[in-house]
Amino acid sequence: MTPVLETTGLGVRYGRTWALRDCSLAVPRGRVAALVGPNGAGKTTLMHTAVGLLKPSAGQVTVRGEVAFVAQDKPLYDGFTVAEMLTFGRRMNPRWDEEAARDRLGRLGIPLERRVGRLSGGQQAQVALTLALARRPALLVLDEPLANLDPLARHDVMRAVMAEVAAHELTVLLSSHVVSDLTDTCDWLIVLNGGRAQVSGDIEDLLDGHRVLTGPAGLAEGVAARTRVVAASGSGRQATLLVRDRPVLDPRWSDRRPGLDELVLAYLRSPGSAALPGPARQGVGA
Amino acid sequence: MIEFHLDRGSGVSTYLQLVHQVRHALRLGALRPGDQLPTAREVVESLAINPNTVLKAYRELEREGLVEGRPGQGTFVRRTLGGATLAEHTRLRRGLEQWVRQARGAGLDQDDLNALFTAVTTDLAKEDIA
Repeated sequence: MTPVLETTGLGVRYGRTWALRDCSLAVPRGRVAALVGPNGAGKTTLMHTAVGLLKPSAGQVTVRGEVAFVAQDKPLYDGFTVAEMLTFGRRMNPRWDEEAARDRLGRLGIPLERRVGRLSGGQQAQVALTLALARRPALLVLDEPLANLDPLARHDVMRAVMAEVAAHELTVLLSSHVVSDLTDTCDWLIVLNGGRAQVSGDIEDLLDGHRVLTGPAGLAEGVAARTRVVAASGSGRQATLLVRDRPVLDPRWSDRRPGLDELVLAYLRSPGSAALPGPARQGVGA
Repeated sequence: MIEFHLDRGSGVSTYLQLVHQVRHALRLGALRPGDQLPTAREVVESLAINPNTVLKAYRELEREGLVEGRPGQGTFVRRTLGGATLAEHTRLRRGLEQWVRQARGAGLDQDDLNALFTAVTTDLAKEDIA
């Protein structure tokens, strides 16, 4: 399936510093891609490049279809009422689904005559999301959509995004610092580290393709020689390894499938490791 | 209509939790042939999970022959699970309810009940093998 978002050898330079370097990845249609990485990894730079706010210094970025972006500091005017924000959006955008937007806000119980500055954080997030969705994008890019929201508002925002993905074949790229928010909602993972793409792939495939091994520290080196170790930790006699593939093991080792949080942490701790496919072309069910 | 719920700390993958809940409802007669399962959109709107997870669960149930997807209409139950007929189910359930009331009357709490039930079923299963 043709990816909705694709970058090849993408690089972005601020002065003499590369914020993003040699970044090649692809997100297939209908996927919800999690973009994770430490501060300064290049997440916001990648998103700004995808939505056209930044020009690549090297390589290229392709988005197939309309793209809508919700920045981290929600792009709303506090003095505007919700209705005025809708009018503003309608005038700024040639493609605009006013009916769907009003319908969403009505179902959420957000009064159109209320000033944006007087809405709760969760309601502001919903208004920003509604304005982005009214543009009927093929790709929705959300920079930290859940930051500063309480757990109920986080759940509500993710419910809204998931419902849109189910109803229209929307592709989503969202960044977050909180991996637990991404479990169950995202099905594609992109890990950025130091401006480079470290991981890009289907989450189930990635979890199936890695194992967490626990066993005697004395045998760790032997295992490491036979398999690709992403990250190793240990205390005294026991070693824990997160490895790719499924090695045949001495029975003194126990192994299990990693959780998403373990996988992300293991890669972030080992910037030298990478799990990148060739040109990623697989879609849902492939 | 079945309403799904999630146990995020269970370690069981989300799509399998959905599969298990449908099987469970079929065993208990809460879902019967012809009943419709919620649409992917309805499930994700209540649980905030990825729609592909719901579709994966439904594909698995379809593969097992328990449900069928009708294009443009939704996903429907094809057959029930479990050995007994609905009438037998109801009769056995009444008997069990009576037993639970007696056990409660004797001072057993929920954990005591579960432990006793598990112990008896396990013992009887062993007898059958022996």
